[in-house]
Order: sequence, then C-alpha cells, then structure tokens
Amino acid sequence: MLIAATIAILVVMIMAITRAIIGPTLYDRILAVNMFGTKTVLLISLLGFVMGRPEFLDIAIVYALINFIGVIGVLRYSDSAVFKDDSKQKEL
Amino acid sequence: MKDLFAVIMLTGIYSLLSASFFVAMDAVDVAFTEAAVGAGVSTLLMLVAITITGRSENPARHKPFLALAVVIVTGSLLIYGTLDMPHFGSSLAPIHQHVTPRYINDSMQEIGVPNIVTSVLASYRAFDTFGEVVVIFTAGIGVLALLMVVRRPEDIEKINFLNESMHEKHLILRIVTKTLIPFIMLFALYVQFHGDFGPGGGFQAGVIFAAAIFLYTMVFGMATARRVINQSFIRILAAVGVLLYGSVGVVSMLNGKEFFDYSALASDPVAGQHLGILLIELGVGCTVTAVMVIIFFNFADRKEKSQHNENKGS
Amino acid sequence: MMDIFLNITSSLFLLIGSFLCLSGGIGILRFPDFFTRMHAVGVSDTLASAMILIGLMLQVPDAIVIVKLVMILLMTLLISPTASHALAKAAIHNGITHKIGKTGESDKELSSNP
Repeated sequence: MLIAATIAILVVMIMAITRAIIGPTLYDRILAVNMFGTKTVLLISLLGFVMGRPEFLDIAIVYALINFIGVIGVLRYSDSAVFKDDSKQKEL
Repeated sequence: MKDLFAVIMLTGIYSLLSASFFVAMDAVDVAFTEAAVGAGVSTLLMLVAITITGRSENPARHKPFLALAVVIVTGSLLIYGTLDMPHFGSSLAPIHQHVTPRYINDSMQEIGVPNIVTSVLASYRAFDTFGEVVVIFTAGIGVLALLMVVRRPEDIEKINFLNESMHEKHLILRIVTKTLIPFIMLFALYVQFHGDFGPGGGFQAGVIFAAAIFLYTMVFGMATARRVINQSFIRILAAVGVLLYGSVGVVSMLNGKEFFDYSALASDPVAGQHLGILLIELGVGCTVTAVMVIIFFNFADRKEKSQHNENKGS
Repeated sequence: MMDIFLNITSSLFLLIGSFLCLSGGIGILRFPDFFTRMHAVGVSDTLASAMILIGLMLQVPDAIVIVKLVMILLMTLLISPTASHALAKAAIHNGITHKIGKTGESDKELSSNP
C-alpha cells in the first residue's frame, strides 16, 4: 500500500512539473511549484517509511517550512504590486 | 534563457531534485543540508540579488566558441581518466577498504556519539570544518565591505514612520507568520542540539534559524526587522562563532594536548569529546546564522536605498 | 487482531489520500483558468496530506515518530491555505481576471471584489 501511494505521488509530481512548464502566466507556475513542494514533503515521509528510516521526517519538516518561505519570498520579490513596500509613495 | 527569474526557479527545483537523490542514496545528513540550503536560503538570496541587478541578462557580445571547445576537451579528458577507477559503490575502492571501516568500527568507542557523520565532521576532521566556518565568515565580511549602507539618523526616523501604515494590508499573513516563527526557531535549536543522534548539526540549524529571520523581514518590512536585530549585534555574533570554535582548539593546546584534541577538555576522554563537539557546533550555528542575516540585510538595504534615492530625486 | 485492524484502517486512509492527490493533479492540468486551478490544488492538497499523514501515523510503533507526524500535519494545515491565500491575493491585485462566471456584467464590476 505504501508503494502504491508513493507511485501516485510521483505521478502527481510529474503533472505539477508539466503545468509549471506550460502554464501561461507566472502565477500558474508559482502554484505548480508550491504543489510540487507539498508533494515532496509527502514523498519524503513515505520514502522514510518504505526504507525503514524514520529520521527522514526531520527533512520533511524542514522542507515544508522552506516551501512556505520560498513562496512568500517569490511573491515579495517578483514584480507583484501588493507585496511591495509602497510606503515610499505616500511620501510624495 | 535570458530571464533570470525563471533561471532561479529552475535552480531551486534542481537543488530539490538533488536532495531527493541524496535521500534515495540513504545519505540523510547531506539531504538535510541540501534541502535547507539549496532549495531554501540560496534561492531567496538569489531573488534578493536580482532585485538589485535587474531581471534579464545582458546580451552576450560575442559567441564564446573557443571557451566551449576548451571545456569539452578538458571534460572528456577527465571522464577518460575516471574510466579506470572502480565502479560507484564497489567494495574494492580504497575508500571502502581502509578509511571507512576504521571510522565505522572505532567511532563509537573513541567518541561516543551515534551519528558518525557528526563525529567525522566535528572531531576527526575538525580542522577542515574550522576552515569552512572561516570561509563563511569571510564571505560575510566581503559582503559587508562591498555593500554596507551607512544609515543616517533622520533617514531611519522617516522610514520608521512610513512603514507603520503598510501592515494593515496582509492581516492573515502577519498572524500566521507570528505563530510560525517561534516554532521555526525552536525547531532550529532542536536540530542543533540533536545533531549527535540524528541528522542535523550546526550548519543546518544556522540556516533554519536564518530562514525564520528572513520570513519575519519579508512580511513585516526591513525597518521593523532592523529594530529587532541590531546591526552591531549581528556582526558581533558572527565573530563570536568563529572565536568560540578557535578557542576550543586553543584550550586543548593549553591543556597539554594537540590543537583540537578534545580529550583534553574534561577528565574523561569521551566526555571531553562530547563537550568539544557541543561547543564547536554552537560556534558553527552562530556564525552561519549571523552571516546569512548580514548578507540578506545588506542586499535588501541596498535596494531600499536606491528606491529612496529615486523617490527623493524625482 | 488489533494489528490487522490498524493495518486495514491505515491502508484505507492511504488509499483515500492517494485518490485525492491524483484528482488534484488532474485538476491542475485540465481546469481552464488560474483561479479554478488554485481551487483544485489548495483544497485537495491539504486534505490529501492530512489523510496520508494520518494513515502513516497508524502504522508506527514509537511515540516520537507519531509526534513528528502530528507536527507535520499541524504545520501543513496552517501553512498550505495561507500560501494559497497569499498567491490569490497577489494574482488579483496584478490583474489576472477569471474566465468563467462572467454573465454579461462588466469586467470592472466583477474584478473589483477583493
């Protein structure tokens, strides 16, 4: 059963990469990368169980956090209007 | 591919794939470090860097055919040279005959920590790790020397006043971040001190701690982050980490043994090893955190200063 | 007896989780518009993670592994919807409009709702 779940998650990861390559707008790609990250967390947890090494769960926790911080970082530093520091415009 | 933003995203996915490779090869510590550093902090630092340089690469002025030819010739010579070596993972390779059995057999009695990677990194090869920490510290000093922005007091006042008004927009994000950040810092401390028994250690813990500070800075703005984390405090922290590492070695020398021989630190050699590994991992964690924060703050500061100058001039 | 019961329940949770995961994946490929894709990913992702993690929790002998799995579950429940919210907010403010659901009203009226 674990192996079936692992294969399902691998298939979904390939679908996410496909959307990241095709997606017409930037936000489609960011969404696909976010989904890829969440699936990676699950994949690492499942692989830890399949290989019998529960230490991999630490890596899963770290990757979940890094995924979140990465998405917020990309939104902040791309050319998106809502997250920019627009306090400077109030000065004018 | 000229759009640097897409290049950075692809680099992040590449780091993630190599972390999965390491997981498949059963190397937990390396996978941990690669996931934390490569897919996380490195991508963030590159994103901040392109806010300063601009999003697309300059068009190349000439086609570098000669360089390509040199690279291909050298690469094929190197590959030809490795055809003679034993296959990947075969038990006839010299590393598996002499070096590895010695570590695996003797590490538990001599040092007493279950995680052999930590014992090799922190005790058998402590001098190498000292070199790595000094390299990270030097990188921090380099960024400070090139990019440091000196703030005049009246600029700080103005930016503080204006930043108060930005916060009402992202209520959900602010509250979730406030909930998450203590947890991330606590997890970083767990990884630091648990490095003896499971995957972890100073480098990974420093990177996770720095990631928490990055999250705070990105959501709440640079000015608030500067008020929380003082300029001089973070520089002193970087230096303290390297000094702590070095002084463990010097104390061992003063107690009569060689440089970095931890058995001189306590009456029982194994207890001395534990104490030594604890102290140097602490030093590594401090330096890595401080240097990551220095680099990020300096990149983000430079962007703010250039925006501020534009607004003043226009 | 307890063993078999735990095994079957765990397999059931894993099966439901994988099915939800796959439907989220098909959704992200076939839906016509950015906002509908975000619905597919945001909703199914979180629930699939929860199901798979609960299924894994039932298979485990020690306590420390269960604690770590509970932590991953709580974090995912907190983080994943927030990331979707942030992404949707950024997309609306940058002018991505939705393609389905326009019933002849003007664009300005529909896309000015936050």
